[in-house]
Amino acid sequence: MIDKTVPSLEAAVAGVRDGATVMIGGFGGAGQPAELIDALIGQGARDLVIVNNNAGNGEIGLAALLKAGRVRKVICSFPRQSDSHVFDALYRAGKVELELVPQGNLAERIRAAGAGIGAFYTPTGYGTELARGKETRRIGERDYVLEHPIRADVALIKALRGDRWGNLVYRKAARNFNPIMATAATITVAQVAEIVALGALDPEQVVTPGIHVSRLVQVGAGR
Amino acid sequence: MGYEKLSRDAMAARVARDIPEGAYVNLGIGLPTRVANHLPAGREVVLHSENGILGMGPAPPEGQEDWDLINAGKQPVTLLTGGAYFHHADSFAMMRGGHLDICVLGAFQVSAGGDLANWSTGEPGAIPAVGGAMDLAIGAKATYVMMEHVTRSGEPKIVARCTYPLTGIGCVKRIYTDLAVIEVTPGGLRALEWVDGLSFEALQARTAAPLARAG
Repeated sequence: MIDKTVPSLEAAVAGVRDGATVMIGGFGGAGQPAELIDALIGQGARDLVIVNNNAGNGEIGLAALLKAGRVRKVICSFPRQSDSHVFDALYRAGKVELELVPQGNLAERIRAAGAGIGAFYTPTGYGTELARGKETRRIGERDYVLEHPIRADVALIKALRGDRWGNLVYRKAARNFNPIMATAATITVAQVAEIVALGALDPEQVVTPGIHVSRLVQVGAGR
Repeated sequence: MGYEKLSRDAMAARVARDIPEGAYVNLGIGLPTRVANHLPAGREVVLHSENGILGMGPAPPEGQEDWDLINAGKQPVTLLTGGAYFHHADSFAMMRGGHLDICVLGAFQVSAGGDLANWSTGEPGAIPAVGGAMDLAIGAKATYVMMEHVTRSGEPKIVARCTYPLTGIGCVKRIYTDLAVIEVTPGGLRALEWVDGLSFEALQARTAAPLARAG
């Protein structure tokens, strides 16, 4: 019997190694798997490379992971926010490296990793400093930049509901990066508000099919 | 003769006038967000938000915020009847793939050739952040810029060549400022209209690239 559910957050993040690349879903706070991040802080892995759209807000979630000194590098599109003071201070002190990626390139690089694409040409960023040193090519009437996939050892994602096969549905705009990150990691760990019986999710509505999910943990008492 | 600059709301109303029924539109963070308030009731325009929303509606009443339903600026919004959610790769494919009709962005500078600089002032020590700016700039069928005509210190923001780091090359189609509406054409900039009481010569004096007069 396939059962991807795990009994605890500790079990959900077990085995993350030092130096691992960890994708973390979410756009700001929406869709950010805060409980899994807290568990990762407890788990203790360090020198992590984090892939997220942002670089943490306030003192919780990703910001707390940064504050705990576990992150070597952040790959993101938009680190600077009104409440990104944890990242800001670490960056200014030279304690965390930043790879800044235009948001659509970030999404497509993640998607490409999950889809087995070797690299792709995109018009985004052509002629800008974020494309400096990258291979370019004129195709037809347009100039493109060659971008490479971003893979991860672990993806921590948040969904609304899941079943023991790992099928997931999301809630509103908390979906964002979660479904594509689920496809791009060796181990994908999903936190859900509710684990439901196999068959309870409408197959027509499943957004992430269970093949992309390794572990599933329920947090809170459901929504 | 004196002239009056357009207020921020008047600028937003001017942009809104050029957004037709049925258009799929992305409004950038900041000033462009205000355009939504000036779309006439009854005109169906579908707003896109980069974080995976089509059919984005206005902010909810206080107390009814849902933090799973936010806009690109991470403020709570609502979903209109008929709206849809999708993941980030689909959202940016919508942009990059040329499916959006209009994108309205703020800017630090726009060049005579339609180059856009709106993501970084290149200041040493500043923490860079780009978000979706570069994808938005080059993705929509038409990219409009909405900005003050000159900086606070009076420097023209429409320039021969951008001195700030570029967001996109040759991507801006039209510029809406508090003084004028200017079209970017292959032959250069063309002023379509400007505020009452401002002479064409005075507009040109506030613009650091040659303007042609429409009509």
